[in-house]
Amino acid sequence: MATVKLSFSPAPVHVRTARLVGVAVARRAGVREDLLDEVRLAIGEACTRAVALHRQYHVPDPVLVEMDDTGSYTVRVIDRAPIEASIGLTALNADQLANESLDEDDLTTGVGFALLAGFVEDLQVRPVPEGVGTEVRMVWPTGR
Amino acid sequence: MELSLATRTVGEHTVLEVGGEVDVYTAPRLRERLLELIDGGARHVVVDLGRVDFLDSTGLGVLVGALKRLRTVGGTFALVCDKEPLLKIFRITALDQVFPLHATVDAAVAAGPAA
Repeated sequence: MATVKLSFSPAPVHVRTARLVGVAVARRAGVREDLLDEVRLAIGEACTRAVALHRQYHVPDPVLVEMDDTGSYTVRVIDRAPIEASIGLTALNADQLANESLDEDDLTTGVGFALLAGFVEDLQVRPVPEGVGTEVRMVWPTGR
Repeated sequence: MELSLATRTVGEHTVLEVGGEVDVYTAPRLRERLLELIDGGARHVVVDLGRVDFLDSTGLGVLVGALKRLRTVGGTFALVCDKEPLLKIFRITALDQVFPLHATVDAAVAAGPAA
């Protein structure tokens, strides 16, 4: 059972709010202080990705963020975009990043995924159990 | 914290000092300013991230965009960053191999337009 749920219209301006709430709940849950920058970045990346997908597919539904601090700190960011959209999640190497033909959106997607994978040890990206969409699930240990 | 942008000239270099949060909401303003500078004739651009306290993939995308744009016109692009959390972001994304990264503006300028 999530202790805090946040749903927001898929607009870039709200991603900061999601980061702030996510870090506040993490701190309250007892996530180590030195991990909070990574929590902030990872929640931001997951929400940015969800907002981008909603805009790309013209999905007006809200993006959902669920934060659960029972045991460890689990954050689920749920989008409602077609599942095939998530398949393009691959990290890029330095040559690909510098390649002139790679457009900025693709580069941002690749870099965003590299950050998620690099900062979250326990990361899962999977289809939502019901309906259309993808869930990015991130877990951090708590000190309690 | 809101994004702040300030430009100054050091020799042949245009230094853009960035502060605050660079994310999916504020990155378009950074992109716009960099394009203005490059379209206005700046060829050796140094972006000082010293006062940035948050940088995400969108911001990184804008920085790579500026680097590529400058390359196509024979210019140079360098970053100033000495904060470990930000440096870690560059390492994890392999962008530390793409950008010339310097600890200070002086070092970036001293590396010269040939950097």
